[in-house]
Amino acid sequence: MSLLEQYAAVAGEEVVDQLMQLGSKVKGARVMHVNSTKKGGGVAEILDRLVPLMQEVGVDAEWDIIDGPEEFYECTKGFHNALQGQHVSIPASRLRAYEQANERAAERLRPQLEAADFVFIHDPQPARLLALCPGRKGKWIWRCHIDISRPFLPVWKYLRRVLAGYDASIFSLSDFAQPLPFPLYLIPPSIDPLSDKNRELTRQEVEAVVSEFDLDPDRPMVLQVSRFDRFKDPVGVIEAYRFAKPYVPGLQLVLAGGTASDDPEGEVVLREVQIAAEEDPDIHILLLPPDAHRTINALQRAATIVIQKSLREGFGLTVTEGLWKGKPVVGGNTGGIRLQVVNHHTGFLVSSPEGAALRIRYLLKNAVERQEMGKKARAFVRENFLLTRQLREYLTLLVGLGHGQTERIELLG
Amino acid sequence: MQTTGPALGVSTTPEPATPATQVRVEPLPQDAAQPFALRDCALIAIATGVRAHNLKELQDRVQGIEPGCLYYHFWGGLLRPRFDDPEYRNDFAIWVRNEVHDEELAERLASVDPTQHETLEGLREAVAEAIESRLEVMEAAAWQRTQSPFHFVRSQIAVFDTGQLLNQPSQLAECLPRLSLGSVFYHFIDARRRVPEHLDDFRVWLQHWGARYADLCDRLAEVDYYFVSLADLRKELAQILGEYFEIPPRASREEVA
Repeated sequence: MSLLEQYAAVAGEEVVDQLMQLGSKVKGARVMHVNSTKKGGGVAEILDRLVPLMQEVGVDAEWDIIDGPEEFYECTKGFHNALQGQHVSIPASRLRAYEQANERAAERLRPQLEAADFVFIHDPQPARLLALCPGRKGKWIWRCHIDISRPFLPVWKYLRRVLAGYDASIFSLSDFAQPLPFPLYLIPPSIDPLSDKNRELTRQEVEAVVSEFDLDPDRPMVLQVSRFDRFKDPVGVIEAYRFAKPYVPGLQLVLAGGTASDDPEGEVVLREVQIAAEEDPDIHILLLPPDAHRTINALQRAATIVIQKSLREGFGLTVTEGLWKGKPVVGGNTGGIRLQVVNHHTGFLVSSPEGAALRIRYLLKNAVERQEMGKKARAFVRENFLLTRQLREYLTLLVGLGHGQTERIELLG
Repeated sequence: MQTTGPALGVSTTPEPATPATQVRVEPLPQDAAQPFALRDCALIAIATGVRAHNLKELQDRVQGIEPGCLYYHFWGGLLRPRFDDPEYRNDFAIWVRNEVHDEELAERLASVDPTQHETLEGLREAVAEAIESRLEVMEAAAWQRTQSPFHFVRSQIAVFDTGQLLNQPSQLAECLPRLSLGSVFYHFIDARRRVPEHLDDFRVWLQHWGARYADLCDRLAEVDYYFVSLADLRKELAQILGEYFEIPPRASREEVA
């Protein structure tokens, strides 16, 4: 079965037909994506699947990365935190490391970047490449995956200068955007139903993972999957578990995460989480490698409830993944989680550990409603948040960029 | 059957020298003498950066925003990822209910039917009037800052041929269950901005067989598409056409799974 046939089986033949037709309008266009890691984190996961699918519909798509020394990642982590509102001081030496990493990447990638019809630069890490490609002929699009609605201004001012010259930007939600002197497209991300993280698993595969981590399949299990990052509030999840535990003595909590190669803070936060867990045998902290996709898939399917109690969140793909597995999600009332979690329909939005505990108890008590919400959750993702929808929007954007700011583009005849 | 007679369709493609809301009459591709040319469309959202933090600001901004924003906030919800609100179909009504917490105004805004306005300017007036009439009695509450602002968004729509031509209405019944949601939107909803008397493209085409499909047209006219998702609308249309042409229903993907 071809890749497109596999997608048609999950998303619908008409969805794939539409992608082929849209793809034919930009057939052969040279598209280059650049981000900062091939493994770990939502961006890499999306590109890993989006690029081959773009190729399938006729686009000449490529994906490359920018890398650098430790100081480069410390700088870009500082950018990441500052853009999400933390007051972060970035020393000049780190900025220099950032600029040098971009210069080295430009030396290597300049021929492809300058020849490309469309270049997608993901997040701030490779953003300076535009200034280093004076012979560029295509349209350059800055794809911002995080919420920059309240950035720390000194850092944002620096990045705004870096972004001058782009042709367009993409944000996941309008709430995340900052005014910029070019069109701001809105494209929520998506999950890939065929990836190891989301494909169907046999019951045996799920049971094997439950057994591997000494989880009790007969007791309720709440799962948060995310990097060990303070914005994901793993310590708040432990608090919520402690509030709920007296009412649900059998409750198990699994915090499954890893650290991405571009996140130097992960180990510090992991240590904080381990201390907060106080060696409670029902709290399972799983440090998983970046490619443990099937394990995460199995854990999500084994969970009774998925939680994503983020304090700040870009889109929250782990929420989408949980919904796709037919689980109601208890999610922090922030960012893209609000787009996906609708109270009493696909889960509950919460603003405190106490609130999370209450919703966990509610869902565990009401099994029928929990199952109904799970069914609705899966259908909601099928209609809205599969990779095929995201590709459709990328293709529409490519078409749109070639037609200026016209409200309606008619590609007829 | 030959292609004759008056122009059958209107396009909203804006002319450079005219307001974007002014319609321009042009021949429809699915003319009577020709097969029905199935088209599809895809929408992309673009943030305008314009926001309203309270009801008074919403009123002010609605007066000045570009017409494309009205189109997006009334129709874009069908083509973009979002959870279907079972009650309110336009973003203004949803925001007023969720953020301003004014059920009465939310109901009034929800009852504004965009298909009943010849132009987007008419639609703008209807929205502004609904807010204005409520502002008169709301006093200070109209200035109360909401937790989340209303973001004005516009859209860009790409319309394209599918390459599929239908020669007989029964073929429409056969292909409807697997029509893309973009096609359903373009031919059944968006058409009402292009076609005189707010008809959809399917009925315009069927009417060219004279009275032969009058019953079918009547049934299609009864479809209240305002409260359903595009997927549900496709199902409803497929059922009507399937029954009419006696085509057995196909199992849905969920049923197959």
